[in-house]
Amino acid sequence: MNLSPPPVSLTQHVASLEAGEHVIAAAWLGATPALATPALETPALALSGGAVMLGGASAAQVRAEVHDDAGLMVATVANGHLFTGGGDGRICSVAADGRVTELARDAKGGWIDAIAASANGAVAFSVGKRVTARDAKGHLKTFETPSTAQGLAFAPKGYRLAMAHYNGATLWFPNTETPPQFLEWKGAHLDASFSADGRFVVTSMQENALHGWRLASKPTEKVAHMRMSGYPAKTRSFSWSHDGSWLATSGAEAVIIWPFQGDGPMGKAPRECGVRRSKVTQVAFHPGAYVIAAGYEDGCILLLRLTDASELLARPAIKDSAVTAISWDKAGKRLIFGCEDGQAGLLTLPA
Amino acid sequence: MSGKIPVTVLTGYLGAGKTTLLNRILSEPHGKKYAVIVNEFGEIGIDNDLVVGADEEVFEMNNGCICCTVRGDLIRIIDGLMKRKGKFDAIIVETTGLADPAPVAQTFFMDQDVGERARLDAVVTVADARWLLERLVDAPEAKNQIAFADVIVLNKIDLVTPAELETVEARIRTLNPAAKLHRTTKCALPIADVMDRNAFDLDRILEIEPDFLEQGHHHHHADDIRSMSFEIKGDVDPDKFMPWIQDLTQVQGPDILRCKGILAFKNEPRRFVFQGVHMLLDGDLQRDWHDGETRVSRAVFIGRNLDRDAIRKGFFATAA
Repeated sequence: MNLSPPPVSLTQHVASLEAGEHVIAAAWLGATPALATPALETPALALSGGAVMLGGASAAQVRAEVHDDAGLMVATVANGHLFTGGGDGRICSVAADGRVTELARDAKGGWIDAIAASANGAVAFSVGKRVTARDAKGHLKTFETPSTAQGLAFAPKGYRLAMAHYNGATLWFPNTETPPQFLEWKGAHLDASFSADGRFVVTSMQENALHGWRLASKPTEKVAHMRMSGYPAKTRSFSWSHDGSWLATSGAEAVIIWPFQGDGPMGKAPRECGVRRSKVTQVAFHPGAYVIAAGYEDGCILLLRLTDASELLARPAIKDSAVTAISWDKAGKRLIFGCEDGQAGLLTLPA
Repeated sequence: MSGKIPVTVLTGYLGAGKTTLLNRILSEPHGKKYAVIVNEFGEIGIDNDLVVGADEEVFEMNNGCICCTVRGDLIRIIDGLMKRKGKFDAIIVETTGLADPAPVAQTFFMDQDVGERARLDAVVTVADARWLLERLVDAPEAKNQIAFADVIVLNKIDLVTPAELETVEARIRTLNPAAKLHRTTKCALPIADVMDRNAFDLDRILEIEPDFLEQGHHHHHADDIRSMSFEIKGDVDPDKFMPWIQDLTQVQGPDILRCKGILAFKNEPRRFVFQGVHMLLDGDLQRDWHDGETRVSRAVFIGRNLDRDAIRKGFFATAA
């Protein structure tokens, strides 16, 4: 048994926030003078009931009603904006000042199953098998996947979208005639993620495993498969390290971190950090250091340093308060988190 | 575990009256809020914020077991609904008339996230009293739906004679002696008869007439669905029963549609209740045997190509 000393606590640096509903996503949005100290970003929490809560504990809070009673299903952040998909079939962007802009709407008003946004202003969403991509100019393109597109991810460069579905994933260039590339692997694929260099696509699976593909960099190369298995539960949270060399994942009673240096994790063992008797539900790599914020099913949040496995306590375990969202600000000095029972908090690292 | 959201699955062949029953459940002044998962929008005559469209995506689990299928759309939708806890009291899943209930039921066993948050309350099958006998001949889906049911709503009884009704009921009983059966016209029945049944409290099994248990012993076509029920007048030995039932469902899982039972375990004051779908088994010690209640052990198996004598012998060998 690992008898490490109890972690040093940072809990006195956490200001609690009352979100009141299941937190779907946490994010930092572009600074606006009206709401936050200039040059600081605004913390945002996307709530299951349909609203987005903006502003930290010290600033005046703004609540943007985005999807009314239909509920907010999915959310992601890019370019300082939060992109949300609702039970009403609408896709909206939310700015740091709470301004809501409707970007697209599903024709049949179905639940939005997945959403992705890119740094160049594109957003994509899926309702069942219908995937819609909207470029920065607002042009819409649609694609039908063979089964529900459960996970979407934009490539870091170019207008290219990975769509995870049953029995594989499909890579699609919405604005070109290039035929989509089908990456086959048996089983149901859930979430999708591109590595920062665009060489790897990773999906989580219904079968408590991850699958990865190393994409061919030249026509003579073949796509290589990576199987990353052994999880006791589904992986529903991924996070890449700032330099793209590690992928932290949830789904085990520790953060499982796969090495992506060189040719990827094939044949290499993953690292484990933050071993506890509770499942990791959320992971977020620090934007500039090998430090991972990990949220657990029992409500605990730890900061874990990859280099020496040292631990800092950001939140103790709290009953029925599983961590559902975690996000670092750009400077890596503040961390916002939200939980399934509507509790939330803002950690400011001591200087 | 308490606090799990009950889920009622509505099945029934095309035209049997599923939507009628659903509308009845939703329109009755029961003061409850239901989240409804449907296949086709527009058929529900009630405004309900929480009506969600499903697309019946059946996923084979990548675990080498052909009968281990789950409903991917259901996993996704229940996951989404659970983020809105407090907005509804229960979930109703309406399946299409041609749907196989197995993947729906198996989803609650196979998917950990669903199983931790929701429980299958009952599979309710609506059957058309006038046409069921014919459908049982020409539509394998209809037969599966009857075999799978925890509650059967035998609807449109105004369209048949008493004699015909008896024939239909007898046929249903050969397929599924364990289900609770209600006769209705226009699906008129108290909602409590179909909702919040905790049908997996399987007391109905203990109500089956012992004589009936011996019925269905006559000749059947090999590929036909049949049911069999056995009773041990007393306790079983869990150390014998557990390996036996696990082995049986592993080997014959693809052919066993449902199995369920209430058992008296040796030296155990509580009743052991188990139920299974194909290869998946779930069992639990539940309430105490009441004073004056006879400790008996009963099991029901519904499936195809089942060797009655072998299963009977196997079950009786687990007696304590």
